[in-house]
Amino acid sequence: MTQRTRNWLLLAPAGAWFMVMLIIPLTVVFIFSFGERAPSGGVVLAFTFEQYGNLPARWAAFKNTMTLAPIGTLSALLIAYPLAYFLAVKANPKWKTILLVLVIVPFWTSILIRSYAWIFLLGGRGIPALLDVIGIEGVRLINTPFAVLVGIIYGYLPLMVFPIYVSLDKLDKRLLEASSDLGAKSWKTFLQITLPLSIPGIATGCMLVFILLMGEYLIPAMLGGGKVFFVGNALVDLFLQSRNWAYGSAVAVTLVVVMLITVTIYMRLIYRLGASREDVSIM
Amino acid sequence: MTKDINNISKKEFLEKLESYRNGSITRRHFLNVTGLGAATAVLGGTVPGLRPTPAFAGDIGDRVVLATWPNYHDVANFDAFTETTGAHVQVNVFGSNEEMLAKLQAGATGWDVYVPTNYTFEDYVKEDLIEPLDVSRLPNYDAAAFEPRYAEAGSVNGTLYGVPKNWGSTGMAINTKHNDGKAISSWKEFFDITMDKFSGRTVVHDYQLTTIGSALNYHGYSFNSVNPGELADAEKLLIAVKPHLFAITSDYQPPMRNGDAWLTICWSGDGKQLNSDIPEIHYALGSDGGEIWSDYYAIPKSSERKDAAYALINFMLDPNVNVKEVLTHGYPTADSRTYDMLPADLKNDPIIFPAQDLLSPLEFGAAVTLTDPNRAELMARFKSA
Repeated sequence: MTQRTRNWLLLAPAGAWFMVMLIIPLTVVFIFSFGERAPSGGVVLAFTFEQYGNLPARWAAFKNTMTLAPIGTLSALLIAYPLAYFLAVKANPKWKTILLVLVIVPFWTSILIRSYAWIFLLGGRGIPALLDVIGIEGVRLINTPFAVLVGIIYGYLPLMVFPIYVSLDKLDKRLLEASSDLGAKSWKTFLQITLPLSIPGIATGCMLVFILLMGEYLIPAMLGGGKVFFVGNALVDLFLQSRNWAYGSAVAVTLVVVMLITVTIYMRLIYRLGASREDVSIM
Repeated sequence: MTKDINNISKKEFLEKLESYRNGSITRRHFLNVTGLGAATAVLGGTVPGLRPTPAFAGDIGDRVVLATWPNYHDVANFDAFTETTGAHVQVNVFGSNEEMLAKLQAGATGWDVYVPTNYTFEDYVKEDLIEPLDVSRLPNYDAAAFEPRYAEAGSVNGTLYGVPKNWGSTGMAINTKHNDGKAISSWKEFFDITMDKFSGRTVVHDYQLTTIGSALNYHGYSFNSVNPGELADAEKLLIAVKPHLFAITSDYQPPMRNGDAWLTICWSGDGKQLNSDIPEIHYALGSDGGEIWSDYYAIPKSSERKDAAYALINFMLDPNVNVKEVLTHGYPTADSRTYDMLPADLKNDPIIFPAQDLLSPLEFGAAVTLTDPNRAELMARFKSA
């Protein structure tokens, strides 16, 4: 067996997986998106742009996704960075493993169960009842965009913490000493050394969280009470309630395109900030 | 559901059930915490048919999958079924007939029994998704025992596809504590109060038939209208109401119980359950319209455990079992054998068996609403607005 055949054989399982699980379904969705709704639901193949013409009717879902996904990513970053910094730089090495495990522990429980816990916490008998006791009355949290945001940040925080932690952990501590020996204040050292060197972690974390958020369905469904709608929720409705597969496919294709464009712009920005292609480890 | 099994909530029950299935707690512990052990013991002793019969046990496989609606069964009955037949009842809960139809249209669901509503049968037959029933395998089914009004939709072109589970109405439940002790009784009041002093406290179903239907009733139109002009009026109302809603969901008991929601579109059995536990929650029918409906047990064509499916339906048709169902879910039965066994106060209960003149403005759902593309899209647009 030549090296070449061996390479092909080794690549075959991944290639087949890629074909069956990604290329074929995407092609089917793409073809459906030019079809029409069958009389009792489903799809009839056709060639019409009617479904794409109807896209404005889902503007609100796209708007919600495109606002809450970036806000959620950014908020997760702001919360995750100090935590990752503490774990990587400040924490006593003796405790490090335990602290890291604590970050992962929530992942051992299904996000569904954890979202149920948030339904209780954000509902009228949870946090609002506590606020009521200290005199802040009439606070409504559950089924609001804020509740969805809380769920998002909570659910995706570990995905943000770990890439940043890894990039900070690899950081050569001698650079920090050198900086301080040369008379830089600690905030200056942070801005000129620590932050730039952790850009790869930030870029990876943001990418991971953002892409997953764009397709989010569960958290808005549970904490938004059917009122805070993401594109993912609109898709579920189109396939499971109104059974308009053609329109659903058009919305899905549009979501993929929007995501590709956003991610491309994002990557450009990241390179401009000085990260190299290899730094963003998931691309 | 919460009352009969030691006040364990639905959620707690499901969690316990899940951990029981995963093997993290013992069967004995599970039966203790859920009260099912005691319930089964009582049930097993009082209902002769429940003693395990060896000829039966093991014949039908180890499980049967039931697709049904929220708060719709006495779980102790399922456990009794398992005791008798060895088949475990796996329950999938849905929010609308549309969702059930979509799942069946999309292919294998794994369901063996489901509970479609009267207006869906024509389409299920047309789409060849539903199994004609063989009455010889349902010895507990006695066609003469059922009121025809609540049984006739189960037959299409003379073939039997569904046997009546129970009927009910779709009205509204209001927590009167927040309205000076007063209930409301029309969809006009329902939406007006939602946009006024109940803002942020109202739930509408995640279900086109009842949510669009109620908005149509508000304008004085038929609950079943597919007239584009009338639907446009309904949509305008729903879009205007949306910012004032607490949620769009068919599982409205939890927020009604914990006080987050004060008003909801409500199925009569849920109304009965809420009213029994929290007396200030009143259930009322709309004087300007609403839905009367009948649900049926049916078998999807795709079921791979038809023996188990027939066994479960036959078991549920047993009046001794059905009477426990009625006591739990609070929906009226169309089966005279079961009705005769009900305690007198339930027979006279105004929520379960409303006076005939209150029922007269109500309409049965029409088949056309299930597949009408405009209603489907209206609902989806309203939700994503």
